[in-house]
Amino acid sequence: MWEQIRSNQIRSVVLTIGMGALLILIGYFLGLYFDSAITGLVIAILLWAILSLVAYFQGDSILLGMSRAKKITPDDHPRLYNVVEEMKIASGLEKMPDIYIIDDPALNAFATGRDPNRASVAITSGLLQKLNRDELQGVIGHEISHVKNRDVLLMAMCSVLLGTIVLLAWYGSRFLIFGGAGSRRSSSSGGGGGAQIIILVVALVFMILAPIFAQLIYFAVSRKREYLADASSALYTRYPEGLASALEKLGASTGQLKSANKATAPMYIVNPFRKKGLKASDLTSTHPPISERIRILRAMAGASFNDYDQVYRQVHGGKGVVPAASLAAATVPIATVKLEGEAGELNEIQRARETSDVMWRLDNYKTITCDCGAKLRLPPNFKEPQIKCPHCGRTHKI
Amino acid sequence: MIPGIIIGVIVVVVGIFLWANYNGLVRLRNQVKNAWAQIDVQLKRRYDLIPNLMETVKGYMKHERETLEAVTKARNIAQQASSAGAGERAKAEGELSSALSRLLVVVERYPDLKANQNFLALQEELTSTENKISFSRQFYNDSVLKFNNKTHMFPSNVVASMFAFKAGEFFEVTLAAEREAPKVSFTQ
Repeated sequence: MWEQIRSNQIRSVVLTIGMGALLILIGYFLGLYFDSAITGLVIAILLWAILSLVAYFQGDSILLGMSRAKKITPDDHPRLYNVVEEMKIASGLEKMPDIYIIDDPALNAFATGRDPNRASVAITSGLLQKLNRDELQGVIGHEISHVKNRDVLLMAMCSVLLGTIVLLAWYGSRFLIFGGAGSRRSSSSGGGGGAQIIILVVALVFMILAPIFAQLIYFAVSRKREYLADASSALYTRYPEGLASALEKLGASTGQLKSANKATAPMYIVNPFRKKGLKASDLTSTHPPISERIRILRAMAGASFNDYDQVYRQVHGGKGVVPAASLAAATVPIATVKLEGEAGELNEIQRARETSDVMWRLDNYKTITCDCGAKLRLPPNFKEPQIKCPHCGRTHKI
Repeated sequence: MIPGIIIGVIVVVVGIFLWANYNGLVRLRNQVKNAWAQIDVQLKRRYDLIPNLMETVKGYMKHERETLEAVTKARNIAQQASSAGAGERAKAEGELSSALSRLLVVVERYPDLKANQNFLALQEELTSTENKISFSRQFYNDSVLKFNNKTHMFPSNVVASMFAFKAGEFFEVTLAAEREAPKVSFTQ
């Protein structure tokens, strides 16, 4: 597995360097037009460095804060905590990641954190109540493998690079078209007017093309990572059907996540912006089509990387998604008898009640269950010593 | 002069080879050790859960003395075997696993018990602990496989035998009882 992560890192690093080269070229062209190429380079790199530092040190708290995720303790939701711990053990991760719940009926989940020792897993309350234990395990396995394979940091850094390129290209092209052009030309010491125009045209074309290229690279990196995380999840859980059936539920829903935006999209388990009936076209999506991910998982003969890769190659033709170095592993059978998992499994209504209890508690509401079955939710600023049940009239001490 | 350079180069190459392989072996051996510790933590957690479970279940399941005693007995045997080697220990733990799963099947006949909040919480803990045991076993065996491959395959086996790295023992639960565990479909 280590070999796989390493060679995968190399491939991703090459793609990232490609994006870095785009950034440098943009800075160069911008600078070239405004007197000195060096100034442009410095501005581009400085902007990128600042954004990267912010993303590196604050990225996870920004992301979690933006999605208004709430951190939970083992007592808040024992099943979720247990499932995360199970996947932490299966993946050999050293530190238990923090667990967050996002209060949103949309179905999604993501992992964040710059390294495996500072990782967080977040899941929406909608998804939490929709999935049974095996499906939840599949989804968490997928997220934990993003942490384990260090996809999180790579994708964060990639999205910062992309953001910088888009930003520079946007301002740059506007400068070239409207503002700076005229004044700059008069200030430069005459002559070489033809060369100036050629540079202007080349720079303009480049400014338009660079963000598109950068985005395609970004999407390529992101999609590859999704397939790999699916393969890892199947390997950890030894049960590809769990993730497959979870993805089926995810694919059937069309609710868009309120707090997601384009920059954070690749962090989620499925694209938060998908539309119903729209099969995402291959090049311009951060995620592979869900139906295809399900098809691969369901066709696996065993639970190893090798099995995943074989099906992947049948579906796509050509090269597999898992690097060759990690394919040599022994055969890994799929777990079939999930005895304990089935006994005592909550159904969807029970899970919905359980999740809503957790969400109220996380908002510091107090819940009193009346003997008549009604649940009284008391807001944190409720100071009365007792309350009457509006349903049956019993009084409860607080 | 030239022979000196050649000897120097050879020494450096051999040094790097030893260094890299030795470190790789140590890293894997530590991983095996950590993985084993993780199994240990989960097995101990199961020993701790069982008395609580028995306490909760006892009142409801008056007619299942045999099943309950089998679990308690298997737990005590497993705890005694906890200082033994991986092979013997795996066998005792396997017996405990199957005794527990028999108990959880029997529980289905007691709707009152299944409605008990305390029992539900314990059952979730037990289910999860069983999962954690098998996941930690899975990771341990993967680690042992990797470590053993490295101690047996050329060229790292040269370094392994030089510094006396011993191959690890797998933790396999392959007893008949587990495979015979009754398949039951629960309807909800």
